[in-house]
Amino acid sequence: MRTVLTLLRKELLLERKVPQLVPAMALFSVTTFVVFHFALQQRDVDGDLAAGILVVTLLFATILGINRLYVADREEGGFDAFLLAPVDRTALGVAKALTLFAFLVLVEFVMVPAFAILLFGPGVGWELVGKLVLVLAMVNVGLSVIGALVGALAIQTRARDLIGPLVALPLLVPVVITAARALSPVLGADGPGAMEGQFLAVLGLYDLVFGLLAYALFDFLLED
Amino acid sequence: MTSVLAQASDTVPDDNTGYVAAAYLVFFALALIYFGIMAFKLQRLERELVELNELADRKLAPAKPDAAPAETTP
Amino acid sequence: MTYGNRLRATSIAAALVLMVAFGLAFFSAKIEADQGFSQKIFYVHVPMAIVALCGFVFGGIMAIQHLRTGLAKYDLKSYVAIHLSVVLGVGVLLTGAIWAKAAWGTWFEWREPTLVSFLIVFLLYCTYQPLRFSIEDPEKQSRYASVFAVTAGAFVPLNFLAVRLADPYIHPRVLNQAGGDLPDSFRLPFYLGILGMALLFSALYQYELSHKNSRAQLRQLRRKLGGEEEAVGRSAAPQVSSS
Repeated sequence: MRTVLTLLRKELLLERKVPQLVPAMALFSVTTFVVFHFALQQRDVDGDLAAGILVVTLLFATILGINRLYVADREEGGFDAFLLAPVDRTALGVAKALTLFAFLVLVEFVMVPAFAILLFGPGVGWELVGKLVLVLAMVNVGLSVIGALVGALAIQTRARDLIGPLVALPLLVPVVITAARALSPVLGADGPGAMEGQFLAVLGLYDLVFGLLAYALFDFLLED
Repeated sequence: MTSVLAQASDTVPDDNTGYVAAAYLVFFALALIYFGIMAFKLQRLERELVELNELADRKLAPAKPDAAPAETTP
Repeated sequence: MTYGNRLRATSIAAALVLMVAFGLAFFSAKIEADQGFSQKIFYVHVPMAIVALCGFVFGGIMAIQHLRTGLAKYDLKSYVAIHLSVVLGVGVLLTGAIWAKAAWGTWFEWREPTLVSFLIVFLLYCTYQPLRFSIEDPEKQSRYASVFAVTAGAFVPLNFLAVRLADPYIHPRVLNQAGGDLPDSFRLPFYLGILGMALLFSALYQYELSHKNSRAQLRQLRRKLGGEEEAVGRSAAPQVSSS
């Protein structure tokens, strides 16, 4: 556990000293909103469309993050140093997932207000924010668990920029489905509606299953 | 594809029979393609076996006294 | 050790059972009331889909075995199972498209959750080969492929759950595929179809294992005879050491 915290602190320190991933992901998501505005030719959106745009933008920003998540460790020898240290290897995976989670939260602080200003039609109230935070938190767990696992898988391949997104996208489709379905009543034109619990339940199940799976499998992605 | 099926209306009954035939043809084609791949693999195995057999013959040949002293491999 | 011992028996059984199943499907099963004759696609499409999905999960189980024991033969088994399931998957998607066209007039039906789920699973497994291919070190390749196979194997049921939920109103489904309300005359050819398809899968599986083993044995024999290594192209398939 202390290893995880140390590693997490290292990652966050690195990002604070040389901001790289979070600004890139935030900028990317805002640009994506602009692209959606022109591609869909909509001035403001709500309901299904709003939920879809929000989730897809977050997904693509995450893909961007997954591709870069382990690059520093591989190129600067972080992996070798870590493998030499007498600590549990799974700690690196947990730390990476937590890092990605933290990055996603930071990105959302930019992305969600930008979405509300640029595209979202209906007004924003506290109820909406509360429900949005709940769903996004669960989405972030799924995204960061898969991101930590797939990123570690892809970093060792020759075509890592290709393999990462190719594997991650289909794996994350259930997250997109459940999150978009859960959010679409919340972002409805007539103010936030009631969420259907079943989508949150499946999303939670997804987070749980892949969380445990990633925890069990991460060890095999490091030993050398 | 649709037009092909429409044209086929005087050869198959006009009640989706063509689609059923097409679906079973897909399965048949898949099996036959696999058959082809198997044939290709068998061909390669056969070629390799023949090659190895010749190699074995050549290895065993110098045991005979009248064999040419060409074998000077270290 | 040889892999092809039961190959002949399995092949013959697969041919017989599939022939009987398809024969019964056409000559004994009644024409379905809503869909008419096009419902006969069911007897080739659904068994293929079920066997392909079971193949994916089986590949995941073999991958767990590989990660636990580190034995190369489990990696080979996982590879062959996934490879064959992807081939079957192509058949499932093609026959599914044809059936959708016959039944609903479109080549793809987004409201049919099973078809959509299968597409997603298929797309995921399509990345298995490129993943293997882009890792050069054979030991690492097999380890990473197994991690992928386990993750994807767990993904199969979860994905079906998520997609099924996403569609709150039920599309007029031809048949309840759980088998609960299959009419009697449909049931026998359907179950025989699944059995026959499973036997076919098993025969091809044994064939692939036997072939890979033969190649390994040949390579070893060549080495014993002192021939030069034949130049093999880079392959994503696991190399078995003959034993």
